[in-house]
Amino acid sequence: MTDQPAIHVSSLVKDYGEVRAVDGIGFSVAPGAVVGLLGGNGAGKTTTISMLLGLLLPTSGTVEVLGHDMTSGDRFAVLPRMNFASPYVNLPYRLTVFQNLKVYGLLYGIRDIGQRIRGLARDLDLEPFLDTPARKLSSGQKTRVTLAKALLNQPEVLLLDEPTASLDPDTGDFVRTYLQDYAKESGCAILLASHNMQEVKRLCSRIMIMKQGRIHAEGTPAELGRRFGRASLEEVFLDIARAPREVAS
Amino acid sequence: MIEHTTRVARSAFAGHRVAAIILRHLYVMRTSWPRVLEMAYWPTVQMLVWGFASQFFAQNSSWVAQAGGVLIGAVLLWEVMFRSNLGFSLSFLEEMWARNLGQLYLTPLRPHEHILALTAMSLIRTIIGLTPPSLLAIALYGFNIYDLGLPLLAFFANLMLTGWCVGLFTSALVLRFGMGAESLAWVLIFGLSPLSGIYYPISILPHWLQTVAYALPPAHVFEGMRAVMFDGVFRWDLFTNALTLNALYFSAFTAFFLFMVHIARKKGLFLNMGE
Repeated sequence: MTDQPAIHVSSLVKDYGEVRAVDGIGFSVAPGAVVGLLGGNGAGKTTTISMLLGLLLPTSGTVEVLGHDMTSGDRFAVLPRMNFASPYVNLPYRLTVFQNLKVYGLLYGIRDIGQRIRGLARDLDLEPFLDTPARKLSSGQKTRVTLAKALLNQPEVLLLDEPTASLDPDTGDFVRTYLQDYAKESGCAILLASHNMQEVKRLCSRIMIMKQGRIHAEGTPAELGRRFGRASLEEVFLDIARAPREVAS
Repeated sequence: MIEHTTRVARSAFAGHRVAAIILRHLYVMRTSWPRVLEMAYWPTVQMLVWGFASQFFAQNSSWVAQAGGVLIGAVLLWEVMFRSNLGFSLSFLEEMWARNLGQLYLTPLRPHEHILALTAMSLIRTIIGLTPPSLLAIALYGFNIYDLGLPLLAFFANLMLTGWCVGLFTSALVLRFGMGAESLAWVLIFGLSPLSGIYYPISILPHWLQTVAYALPPAHVFEGMRAVMFDGVFRWDLFTNALTLNALYFSAFTAFFLFMVHIARKKGLFLNMGE
């Protein structure tokens, strides 16, 4: 195990014109850790994840994944070792599930793509609809396919944006269990943005709560409960969310 | 711990990533016959119109009569440029329609590999689109464009390159300004047609406009085509002029596209694709 963090963010700022979406945040995620990123709508979670993926350039600050700078061409060295899943992103809808996974498998340079897809299809219960076009999938099926896409390259760093949104409780539990097992077995670092407090409490060893582009609280679920004098994570979240908004200076 | 199943993907170029994008588009084509039909439909209609017009002009115009099929050859070569542009742009737009571009750009795919895959798709689409009308021209009018021989390859390569230049430019605009710029992908290339001398010699243009026309590669290509068809001469000077201009424009528009990728990363445009 190396001392190098899987994710390291320092003094990260992102401005969209006059609006500051992310305001000087800094954090690290160790290899093998599962860290939750909580926050209301517009708190800066998706912006932060987008900068970690290299899809968005920060206004200032540093963002590194596995020691590689995600703002420069250096990111191409680490992109094969990381991945992302969100139910809000689409896969080409005319392609079948198998075709989609094959295309992404090729992009990641997977050896024995067919074998890898079959393995994931078995694990994530995709086999019944491998030949179904993506446009005909239910929300639950689509979410599992997106997750399969994110696991194709056996990432060392996995970024998840509300991975179980719109899933029924049974499928949600199935996905959470799978992610829990995957993180444990693979040593993959996971950064999980979610609104689901139970999910975050179950999966994450550490939680960061964002508001107005800043990290307002950080710690284990138990630490956060003690600090805010609350019994549940949801109450902590509401305390932070409902605190008076800071006026920009 | 993770057992690595990926190849070393740090190289600046990887054929499997280019192949992935090509495969993605071939899958779409395979499941959508209207897309395939569309590729050949308009070039065939154009060829039919200009074929009959050619037959009429051949009886009434000494210029056309000197080289039977010059108009059919012109329309087929114009379609090479048009289809090349459309093949590039439509493959790019497919990602926008599917809201998939952000997903692609968080994989190890590099922008220049994406461009290469789009040019390959453009070539495939152009060949699919132009094979039926070129064969039909032989059957209906006895005009065989393949009789041009090696010069045809030279014209084809130059016009493909020009089509890619326009495709790069319009795709970069769509990347920057979103789907509001989509219609440019269809119509922008028509702005080149009056200056390309497709159906008439460049000398017919006002003198000042000839200078503008010769700053564009197609003018050299269509003059070269007429030189072959009327005089039986392959004009190397026109060929090298077209090739040099294409190299310049292709480099410039590639740089423009890459710059727009940078702007898209700066403004977060990859996160809001599709509308």
